[in-house]
Amino acid sequence: MEKARPLWDNPLQFVFACISYAVGLGNVWRFPYLCQMYGGGSFLVPYLIMLIVEGMPLLYLELAVGQRMRQGSIGAWRTISPYLSGVGVASVVVSFFLSMYYNVINAWGFWYLFHSFQDPLPWSVCPLNGNRTGYDEECEAASSTQYFWYRKTLNISPSIQENGVVQWEPALCLILAWLLVYLCILRGTESTGKVVYFTASLPYCVLFIYLIRGLTLHGATNGLAYMFTPKMEQLANPKAWINAATQIFFSLGLGFGSLIAFASYNEPSNNCQKHAIIVSLINSSTSIFASIVTFSIYGFKATFNYETCLNKVILLLTNSFDLEDGFVTASNLEQVKGYLASAYPSKYSEVFLQMKNCSLESELSTAVQGTGLAFIVYSEAIKNMEVSQLWSVLYFFMLLMLGMGSMLGNTAAILTPLTDSKVISSRLPKEAISGLLCLVSCAIGMVFTMESGNYWFDIFNDYAATLSLLLIVLVETLAVCYLYGLRRFESDLKAMTGRTLNWYWKIMWAGVSPLLIISLFVFYLSDYILSEALQYQAWDASQLLHVSLLT
Amino acid sequence: MEGAENAFKVRLSIRTALGDKAYAWDTNEEYLFKAMVAFSMRKVANREKTEISHVLLCNVTQRVSFWFVVTDPSEKHTLPAVEVQEAIRMNRNRINNAFFLNDQTLEFLKIPSTLIPPTDPPVPIWIIIFGVIFCIVIVAIILLILSGIRQRRRKDKGPSEVDDTEDKCENTITIENGIPCDPLDTKGGHVNDAFMTEDERLTPL
Repeated sequence: MEKARPLWDNPLQFVFACISYAVGLGNVWRFPYLCQMYGGGSFLVPYLIMLIVEGMPLLYLELAVGQRMRQGSIGAWRTISPYLSGVGVASVVVSFFLSMYYNVINAWGFWYLFHSFQDPLPWSVCPLNGNRTGYDEECEAASSTQYFWYRKTLNISPSIQENGVVQWEPALCLILAWLLVYLCILRGTESTGKVVYFTASLPYCVLFIYLIRGLTLHGATNGLAYMFTPKMEQLANPKAWINAATQIFFSLGLGFGSLIAFASYNEPSNNCQKHAIIVSLINSSTSIFASIVTFSIYGFKATFNYETCLNKVILLLTNSFDLEDGFVTASNLEQVKGYLASAYPSKYSEVFLQMKNCSLESELSTAVQGTGLAFIVYSEAIKNMEVSQLWSVLYFFMLLMLGMGSMLGNTAAILTPLTDSKVISSRLPKEAISGLLCLVSCAIGMVFTMESGNYWFDIFNDYAATLSLLLIVLVETLAVCYLYGLRRFESDLKAMTGRTLNWYWKIMWAGVSPLLIISLFVFYLSDYILSEALQYQAWDASQLLHVSLLT
Repeated sequence: MEGAENAFKVRLSIRTALGDKAYAWDTNEEYLFKAMVAFSMRKVANREKTEISHVLLCNVTQRVSFWFVVTDPSEKHTLPAVEVQEAIRMNRNRINNAFFLNDQTLEFLKIPSTLIPPTDPPVPIWIIIFGVIFCIVIVAIILLILSGIRQRRRKDKGPSEVDDTEDKCENTITIENGIPCDPLDTKGGHVNDAFMTEDERLTPL
């Protein structure tokens, strides 16, 4: 007796599931960084070209395969060719790696969310030192937000060799994060389908609120102007194109098997071409939208820091020369400096050594990505806003929604092949399989809550998925076009959806996209081989250092 | 007196603290300051006889900053710095409030102020919120698992009652592409090839 395959209640659930999976933390913390590094507004050119040439075709391919084969990644590729079931297994393994370390970000999000209900925010003040006459030295040397991240949240050790012990606070948050994931995937598509309504739409609400708040912040226009002024010469830089292609590729989450899993729960007559275009467009526009928000926040933070720096210089001058309080302002600072230099040259040259050179440009050009952006830069900007608790709660709630949405996709990629396989699903009910997966991933994920956990996280983040995904997607594309046969696939799709395949997709699948992926693959492989020593950033008491990985 | 052994430099930033409501620093304000210092000294043991005239100010600048020193009743010697420091630290709050200033805008150089530690509630707030959400999630998981088990038990009991009446047959029909599968199997007999299900058409290689 065949049990019917569970289906999405309506096509909207499927679209929301894909959006919730594709729109993740990378849109918020990677794209703005790339935009800043590779020419601001002009980065949009390679980005959009890559979207049309690489993103949409590959996304459509994965959705079509999943919808056609109506099985998870292992079963789908085995159906295409029994020799290719390894591709499916590879996808499952990569998804497993990802889910292990990705949920730690949600744990950190929970940690910050729970700490946002205090007044003042714990990362806005430094703790006091032993005899209460000043602040803790590590906090003084760095900043209170960095101190809170590196010392209070991570309790980081100086190097990856020193493992330390499992920190119970992040461990508790990790357990909670996995319990929440389990709750959402417990019933399969039935529960996932309802949850994705929230995980897909709530981040947009928060982003919109932040957009309005961000644009009204003092100094936001500085950040926006800095980001969007196009630097056309970056178009000639091959790194810009490579990074655009890489960002599109990884942002859509291709190769993990999640898209195949989601599409396998579709009605066969579903118009996945339309959905592929919609999802990829929404993903890219979310990136651009998020970077507008990020850059207004950057501008605010940079302006705030610049003005604080100026005030410190003013205070230094006022105190050293006993000038009248309030006499020196930001507008007449240069004149006053000139006057003092001529009137009291010797004393001025002493004071000059202590004066910091304040520059708005240098504040804006500190480009940060990854967890540093999300947990340090943003929290620093938030602590300076009014009603900072509200903004903090909103922001970390949004991060959690984004992270959870991506986790749902990852776990679906692992669970769908497992529940499809008769061997396992006949012995254990669905709830038990999901429970086992969550338990195992949580147990292994405890590594990332150790004192050196963040270094392991960085390694996994940089190296766990890049090359494998490129290879997987390359083999997928070649398999569908040449092994299964593009004509056969075309007629399958026509029988399934009733629409003929556009010539554009055929050209992309058969020629352009594989070539693009091969060139990306060759570039990254040669980059790894040629780079002499692998480095990571270590936090040494109060500053970030580049330390090489001793093998 | 500037830089003398028991002298302290004081710095006020009135305009920074009060903005438009800043008052001008004149001799009356200096008198108040001397009074506050004398008051602080009188609270120290053995120094109850300190008068305002024992507090000396000098080198008042535009900043506003000046040096002060406290002499003993004979007016020959200045009081040791340690005592003055102790006295000022004890009464820092009163002195600040008299001038509407705080520790940052009324600075006594060389006298470190005691900083107020952030209040630590007995149970950290984050644990409370964590506990609440944790319990909600656990309860929701248990509810979902239990309802799943109950549903499955109901489904298992369902097919055993089907054989009694034909009406109940409708409830357990699973549909694949509009073609009912169950009636073919439960009625026994041969499977009609014309009613082949979609999945069987996808023959693997």
